[in-house]
Amino acid sequence: MSTHAVEQSSAGAATGAATEGATPSETPARTGLLIIGASQSGVQLAVSLRALGFEEHITLLGDEDHRPYQRPALSKEFLQGTVESESLIFRSNEYWAEHNVDLVKGEYIVRIDKEADGSGVAHSSSGKQFPFKRLALTVGARARKLEIEGGDLDGVLYLRNADDALALKARVGDAQDVVVIGGGFIGLEAASSLQKMGKNVTVLEFGPRLVGRAVGEETAEYFLQAHRSRGLDIRLSTSAKRFTADGAAGDGRRAVAGVELQDGTVLPAQIVLIGIGVIPNTQLAEQLGLAVDNGIVVDRFALASDGTTVAIGDCANMPNPVPGSAPGERIRLESVNNAIEHAKVAAYSLTGRREEYAGIPWFWSNQADLKLQIAGLCNGYDQTVLRRDPERGKFSVLYYRQGQVIAADCVNAPLDFMAVKNALAKGQNVPAAAAADPATPLKTITTDS
Amino acid sequence: MPTVHFTDAEGAVRDVQGNAGDSVMETAVRNGVPGIVAECGGSLSCATCHVFVREDCLSQLPPMEDMEDEMLYGTAVDREDNSRLSCQLRLSDDIELFVTTPETQV
Repeated sequence: MSTHAVEQSSAGAATGAATEGATPSETPARTGLLIIGASQSGVQLAVSLRALGFEEHITLLGDEDHRPYQRPALSKEFLQGTVESESLIFRSNEYWAEHNVDLVKGEYIVRIDKEADGSGVAHSSSGKQFPFKRLALTVGARARKLEIEGGDLDGVLYLRNADDALALKARVGDAQDVVVIGGGFIGLEAASSLQKMGKNVTVLEFGPRLVGRAVGEETAEYFLQAHRSRGLDIRLSTSAKRFTADGAAGDGRRAVAGVELQDGTVLPAQIVLIGIGVIPNTQLAEQLGLAVDNGIVVDRFALASDGTTVAIGDCANMPNPVPGSAPGERIRLESVNNAIEHAKVAAYSLTGRREEYAGIPWFWSNQADLKLQIAGLCNGYDQTVLRRDPERGKFSVLYYRQGQVIAADCVNAPLDFMAVKNALAKGQNVPAAAAADPATPLKTITTDS
Repeated sequence: MPTVHFTDAEGAVRDVQGNAGDSVMETAVRNGVPGIVAECGGSLSCATCHVFVREDCLSQLPPMEDMEDEMLYGTAVDREDNSRLSCQLRLSDDIELFVTTPETQV
């Protein structure tokens, strides 16, 4: 059997007409499912629902004035100018129109009235109402703010969304010195990008090592040495005391000029970029009376405590999906992979199927020529095995708990990453004793536990 | 205008017109071609945009770099001699590509 369709790619097309024309006094028709949050998880939820044959009308609502786009490139390719914003758009307008999805941009939901059956009305800050039969919260997380003197100066920036990235890009040209606060993924990715763009970049990390809890000690040390050898000035156990200013910005705001450290040192900075983690957006869930604890508490089927609202992605606190994890263990994951997999679980849930999320979480971070890929979660490891191939710039750490591999950090080593990810997915093991020789492909020593 | 003909594992074909400079992966994702997942958005990290390229089209494509080669060993459906990651395949003005998507990408 063969079907045939000719389509026109729609790059550059304008906003979907479906969302235009509504005025604050109008109330749109009741949508089948209102998805609040139009980023990775919200988009995936809509796409997965249509793939599963969900026929109700869907409204995908976001508070940004952009069509839904992918975020990971913002700190990397987009900042460096090697990809254009159009490349980051998830789906063409035609796709949404053909799939009966209304895309609503630039509406910020401030209050939701909800009935026991799961239906209700969401109210936006502009006075619009969005009645729904079912509700999905894919509201993500927001950048954690650094509340110190000078934090409101012009040029003190965060990097969470496209507008942040555009604001950063707009001032990069005039800046010579950049101070990045926070040695996590976002901070290091942006620092690498800005260094590549010719800026003098200093990274301040409050903790004693880079990348916090996301990777183990060996990987953190590897990144520290790798970045320093590439000329990045990284200062550990260092924090900013205040931001200094001189002169006035065009709009009357004073512009940042430097960062004063606790020891009195002042680093010049025309840009300060802060990447010190995120806070899940739980305000709407709290207003709805849903259980909230480091995110919106959901069950294995992505249902919140009211039994009808689904919450997925960065904003959700869910049972740990890793096979074999401790009963009752809960986790909130900030990753593209989780946004996608969790959305699929929610899509099943909304179509009446009960499918648990039992995937292997994975993460990636590209920094300069370092490609980090992480498979699994390393919490609770009792042994690590290092695989180093300095000649080829490859480095991996495998994490074990009671002799069973549970995770791996792999730098420029996709084969190691893939081998461990596949082994975890199949419940297999990569015996520690044989894994240390970097010349041995992990795939060849993988065993059935 | 560049055209990509996507055939899925069951033989259904979709012809998608793309833009020069875009990758085959971007063209697929924007139009919702189901056989392409592209979790990492084209940063060569996930191997979920695997395609089989029709043999006579291979010569039109850029050579494979080491990283793509290694990532291809991690695809959900085993690689073949004509396997590529579609995020690495850029469209040019006159290109006409025939690719088949695997049964699954994850």
